Amino acid sequence: MLAQFLQFLFSGITVGATYALAALGFTLIYNASNVINFAQGEFIMLGGMLAVFFTQMGLPLPVALMLAILIPAIVGVLVEKLAIEPVKGAETVTLIIITIGASLVIRGLTTVIFGKGTHSLPAFSGEAPIEILGATLMPQSLWVLGVTALVVVALWYFFNRTLQGKAMLATSFNRLAAELVGINTGWVLFMSFAMSAALGALGGILITPITLTSYDVGIMLGLKGFVAAVVGGLGNGLGAVVGGLLVGILEAMGAGYISSAYKDAIPFVLILFILFFMPRGLFGGKSTDRV
Amino acid sequence: MKKNAYFGLYIVIAILIVLPFVLPNSFYMDLVIRMAINAVIVLGLNLLIGFAGQISLGHAGFLGIGAYASAVLPTHFGWHPLLAMGAGAAVTGALAALVARPIFKLKGHYLAMATLGLGIIINIALRNEAQWTGGPDGMAVPAMGLFGFDLSSDKQWYWVVALLLSVSVWASLNLIDSPFGRALRALHGSEVASQVVGVDVVRYKVAIFVMSAVFASIMGSVTAHYVGFVSPNFADFFHSIELVTMVVIGGMASVYGSLVGAVLLTALPQALATFEGWETVVFGAILMLSMIFMPKGLVPTLAAKFGKGD
Repeated sequence: MLAQFLQFLFSGITVGATYALAALGFTLIYNASNVINFAQGEFIMLGGMLAVFFTQMGLPLPVALMLAILIPAIVGVLVEKLAIEPVKGAETVTLIIITIGASLVIRGLTTVIFGKGTHSLPAFSGEAPIEILGATLMPQSLWVLGVTALVVVALWYFFNRTLQGKAMLATSFNRLAAELVGINTGWVLFMSFAMSAALGALGGILITPITLTSYDVGIMLGLKGFVAAVVGGLGNGLGAVVGGLLVGILEAMGAGYISSAYKDAIPFVLILFILFFMPRGLFGGKSTDRV
Repeated sequence: MKKNAYFGLYIVIAILIVLPFVLPNSFYMDLVIRMAINAVIVLGLNLLIGFAGQISLGHAGFLGIGAYASAVLPTHFGWHPLLAMGAGAAVTGALAALVARPIFKLKGHYLAMATLGLGIIINIALRNEAQWTGGPDGMAVPAMGLFGFDLSSDKQWYWVVALLLSVSVWASLNLIDSPFGRALRALHGSEVASQVVGVDVVRYKVAIFVMSAVFASIMGSVTAHYVGFVSPNFADFFHSIELVTMVVIGGMASVYGSLVGAVLLTALPQALATFEGWETVVFGAILMLSMIFMPKGLVPTLAAKFGKGD
């Protein structure tokens, strides 16, 4: 009983950490530009695919992983410069279509370059499972959780203790006021897309040894990351992390105890329920409209 | 209503009457039928997105309910296709009404999330209930019988669909100029302001959402009978996005924009078939470029350029 529960819990928080990183990516971009970046999932896919590609080329693992984070970050910046900046202030639907267009371009190019096959990445530190109270934990899960925790701490430090981080926060609260006190909001936008793509790619790399990757894994991972960001209340960083873990755990529990066929539906059922009763997510504040 | 409001409708009808005599072969006939079907769906969706200013990223789910009602009920239970189509529309309407009230307390991105979630849940259910739906492989749909004879040839389907399209354009034009349409446009402009002048905002949003969902369900049934086959891809997230793109590329809040958007985006995959392997890249690039350079959509952009109202 307990062993089974722990088993589901382990797999839940492992996947949940990936959702959390994706959700943080959604949050960063949303705060900087009010855009929901539907291409976020493609950065997750790109991270995993590039890591596979570079390790197969024979590059040492750390170099391969750095490149697999750097390249998606550059792609993210390109998307911002070429597609988001020219349409400042466009309607939500227009922005949604632009980011979906970007995701199609990224996915299409990946298929052209790497094909439609499924790839795997060797685990970073062996495959010997660790036994805890009858449940097994893969060493790779520890990598996923450890790195995610480090990233969360680093982000907290960045946003609360550094000038650049505070500038980004200020922009998300009030762009005009931030510009008036001399913050370069163009730079903030640039940074958010770079960081958000890098976070997504990192999540994609870490999870690939466990779940495998292919050109089309980005759609579902991205949409679930979006669910996680909304669960926590859009724009709330802590909410995104909690949302990601919650979505991952509930999905794993649902798949284990209820129905594995409906695993992918669970995050969406969850979000409908949350929105029905808490229209601004778990941690979203109240808002008023200015007429 | 403006005097020349029906002028466009007459042109649409004229084109629809002439088309079957000038189309070179059945390939084009099929393409035009699918364009017309999509145009009817997009008209309904544009009322929701363009006029009322609400987003739905799950409309293909409603298409799916209609299509599968027309496939499952006649096949497994021997229902008459028309009855099945009505049942699909009724279920869709009920479902849309049930979720609409809580959903329309939401705004912007939260609304996008909720409709997207609903569409994906419907799609996953269609994929998983294989004993009824054939699962991921889909299932065949029996022919539509009307008044004793089967609708089967492309010619027959063409006239049915052309009639549906003409009626939909006429109905949309009238609806927009009715008090209902004015209320919708008011709440798109400013919800608070329309509330202040006495518009029951939530009731109107629910009504238009249910209406466009029922539109979609009926056209889902029509598509299923016309194609003779349904698969879960018909109800997936990407199809929802395609429909929204048709609305936006043609022009939000533009009746004729809906037609243009449906025609262009239905033809696009055919045109892209020559880019072997690169279709997705080119399709994505076209979406991005058209939104960057014409964020208001084709018809309103051109109309503004030539100084004429839509």
